[in-house]
Amino acid sequence: MQDYILSIVIFFPAVAAIFGFIINKNSMRAYGVAVGVIEFILSLDLWWIYNPNIAGFQLIEKIPVIASFGINYQVGMNGISLFIVIMASFFTMIGIASLTPTKNIKNMIITLLLLQMTMAGVFLALDAMLFYAFWEFSLVPMLYIIGAWGGPLRIYASVKFFLYTFTGSLIMLVGLLFMAYFYYQTTGVWSFSIPDWYNLVLPLNYQIWLFIAFFIGFAVKVPMFPFHTWLPYAHGQAPTIGSVILAAILLKMGTYAFILFSLPMFPDASKYFVYPIAILSLIMIIYTAMVAYAQKDLKQVVAYSSISHMGIIILGIFSLNIIGISGSVFLMIAHGIVSGALFLLVGVIYDRRHTKMMNEFGGLAHVMPRYATIFGIIMMASVGMPLTINFIGEFLSLLGFFKESHTLAIIAVFAIVVGAIYMLTSYKKVFFGNITNEANRHLPDINARELLALIPLVIIAIWLGVYPNPILRPITKSVTHIVEIMHDKEAQAGRLSLVSNPEKLALASQATREVR
Amino acid sequence: MLAPISFSMQSLNIETIAPILVTIAGGLFILIMDLFKKDLNKSLYVVISLLFLLMSFGFLIDLSVFFAANGTFTGFFNLVVVDGISLISQFIIVGASMLFVPLALSSKRFHEFSYPEFFALFLFMIAGFQIMVSTDNLILIFLGLESASLALYTLIALHNRSKSFEAAVKYFTMGALAAGLYVFGAMVLYAITGSVEIHQIASILVANHYINLAYVLIGIVFLFAALAFKVAIIPFHTWAPDVYEGASASMAGYMSIVPKIAGFVVMMRLFEFLVHSGLPWIEVILYASVVITMTASNIWALVQTDVKRMLAYSSISHAGFVLSAILIGTTQANTALFLYWILFTFTNLGAFSMLWISRQKNLDKWKSSDHPYEKFSGMIHTSPVAAVIMGIFMLSLAGVPPFALFWGKMYMISSAVTSGFTVLAVIMVLNSAIAAFYYLKLIVYMFMKEPVSNVHGRIYTMNTSKALSTVIGVAAIVTIFAIIVINPLLEIITSFVYNSGF
Repeated sequence: MQDYILSIVIFFPAVAAIFGFIINKNSMRAYGVAVGVIEFILSLDLWWIYNPNIAGFQLIEKIPVIASFGINYQVGMNGISLFIVIMASFFTMIGIASLTPTKNIKNMIITLLLLQMTMAGVFLALDAMLFYAFWEFSLVPMLYIIGAWGGPLRIYASVKFFLYTFTGSLIMLVGLLFMAYFYYQTTGVWSFSIPDWYNLVLPLNYQIWLFIAFFIGFAVKVPMFPFHTWLPYAHGQAPTIGSVILAAILLKMGTYAFILFSLPMFPDASKYFVYPIAILSLIMIIYTAMVAYAQKDLKQVVAYSSISHMGIIILGIFSLNIIGISGSVFLMIAHGIVSGALFLLVGVIYDRRHTKMMNEFGGLAHVMPRYATIFGIIMMASVGMPLTINFIGEFLSLLGFFKESHTLAIIAVFAIVVGAIYMLTSYKKVFFGNITNEANRHLPDINARELLALIPLVIIAIWLGVYPNPILRPITKSVTHIVEIMHDKEAQAGRLSLVSNPEKLALASQATREVR
Repeated sequence: MLAPISFSMQSLNIETIAPILVTIAGGLFILIMDLFKKDLNKSLYVVISLLFLLMSFGFLIDLSVFFAANGTFTGFFNLVVVDGISLISQFIIVGASMLFVPLALSSKRFHEFSYPEFFALFLFMIAGFQIMVSTDNLILIFLGLESASLALYTLIALHNRSKSFEAAVKYFTMGALAAGLYVFGAMVLYAITGSVEIHQIASILVANHYINLAYVLIGIVFLFAALAFKVAIIPFHTWAPDVYEGASASMAGYMSIVPKIAGFVVMMRLFEFLVHSGLPWIEVILYASVVITMTASNIWALVQTDVKRMLAYSSISHAGFVLSAILIGTTQANTALFLYWILFTFTNLGAFSMLWISRQKNLDKWKSSDHPYEKFSGMIHTSPVAAVIMGIFMLSLAGVPPFALFWGKMYMISSAVTSGFTVLAVIMVLNSAIAAFYYLKLIVYMFMKEPVSNVHGRIYTMNTSKALSTVIGVAAIVTIFAIIVINPLLEIITSFVYNSGF
């Protein structure tokens, strides 16, 4: 069973989703929770099987699909993808469990299970085309979740989300095909296998163009600063569960892809683009933090703060050293836990009042003390209090980047202060003071179902903040491997290219003539 | 005085035209049956057509096995060429026809299908297309083209609505113009080379280094324009949306596939030597056609209010996408063309069949079209299975993996990338992104809007029957699980295309 455990993790929810069509509407939630729990246990099993001594990919399965074109079904995991997959199945599980009764709950659960398949698929795929297939297909369930269960502008928001990401990914597809072509030029065989591509050393000008093609695809997904406009709409209109999955997992696809593709495949171009990207992510951190401060809608505050933290993740990745990258991978997990929890918390009051406007609230700490406590802890984690999960990630990311550039890292630290300002202000507006709105006077406090979803998140947020080693060590191990690949290639940079045959090199440069 | 002709039957290689003869025989057989017994049910004609098509398919397999062993062979004084591309395109033509014929068995009665003439004409039309793809003689191509087109005009008109007459007359007029252009172009090429066979024209032109460049260009441009009419390349596309709207949905779906692949094969034969000749203008003309056809039709499709017209523009756009294979002209590109078209056949025929099963027999007077977007509003609530299937076809047309068309698209873009057409690849990709919007629009209507009141779920499937469901089921299964068949298809097509020198 161990040989195929990854495929089981990927396809179990899909099969379960198809069987879900048979289940009666009233039993659907129980079925969804059951499948979610099984999937979560399966993904925990991955941690059990995971061999910490292997730095590269492990549990690799490879089945040829389009053999003549080098496309295989190839999956594998390393220390980075392991924890993101566990987090994805965890959020699917608690997402289904905490689902408020809504119309068409059956369709919702089937869609969520399909989404879980695509998420597991993206993080476990080791074949570029397989990765791309899951990456693109993940848009479809999300489109449906936002479009069918969202707010009044849901159709605009969902179509914008789909088109933005779809366009970006198509540019990435051209990059993928170019990469495969260069591999073919060099070795004479087609291959879309990512570990194979790691062996390819490309000349700098190819790297730059390919880096840009991939960057557009990833940056839209993250979303990086000029491409971020779809996210506030998507978050604003999506139902709670949609926002939770979107913020916790789907955004991580972009940052994960930077580590999977950009760094090890285009090390020179990554170095070349460090400063432009660092400046973009600084703008992203500070600008969105300021925008968050100006919001009146609590969910938008959380949405913009989530974009802001994604900026720190990008900054950490492009520090290009082990500390920074490990920190940002850790921050991916932390951001998933914290922003997922924040969206769940916003969902709690939205269910009670059907509004997310902060001026409708005030003094909630009096009527909902338990809710206020949990919100407070998670918020402290979000602003990066020491001994919470976010602190470790942010600290390491910024420490990593500090080695690259002192000035920029210091500016980024100030951005965290802005983060504290807007989060604390929002908290004050919603929870402190007197009860200004009579409608809030008799709100019921958080109930058992909601506690069930939130307590584990709080525990993780503190536990990993105090003792991050169990997940930080495997992450560092795999990140070290990736950084080693980068340095190996830099060492070969004098040779410029693995293209052995000069004629082939001429062909390859002719092929990119138009690119230049 | 004519010299007596003497030849042996052996040298005719009669088996080269066996697949074509079978379809013609099927048409005649149906006509003869009609002489003896009137008022037979349409199901009989459908099954007989299907049997003859199946026989033709069998002969094609036979020829393919022979081709795989021995390479290209000819018959009928070298008029009929059996090579890889003619075989694959005949497979597509006959296969798509086999998918189309059962669509006649709709539960509502449409009287065109009760005439035996419909099926006889249909089989003659297929024979015409088969002739067109299996020769490189310009006159024979013309013969096939015209016999097929005339039959097709009649088939459209037989739908017997005022819109269908309009469509048929429009198509006929445009077709007549195209025929004129074709003949003129062929005449010019004959005048400067003294031959009507494309491979001889090619070798003569290459031998004299394109000495009459202006004439060559005139001839080629006229031939290209004539074929562009058939394939609906902008600016020769104007008939297409109206004709698709006037014809029944099943016929429209058929028209978006079979005549086009025949046109593409002729273009492939014609441009095979030209795109690599380094002549000025040829590449410019093709490049412009590809880009304009893809982009403009996508933009028009954005503003359509009727699903059928949207699909009409979308199939123009797909034709433009595929035309880029002719421009690129490598083996990989030509392979991609056939791969794309095979996958497109299933997806597009499926999508049009979904419109066909929602066809109302009598349209309200005040409605201008039968398939406005609003009709599909909230379909997921009233008939979920149909909505999911239609959604899958739309996603496939938009090129979302893992559905069928994505793989064709991917291979086509890859062929552009490998031949240095990077800008073209980016344009193709951006067009896919534009196209996603209008496919998404239908999905938005089906899945995210509330159902229109007083609409019952039955309207989406009121024209359905077992036969129609089977066709749609086959199309849906191929669309979803295409990934399994891509590898064998790719290998077969590549070897066939490569061995016939394209």
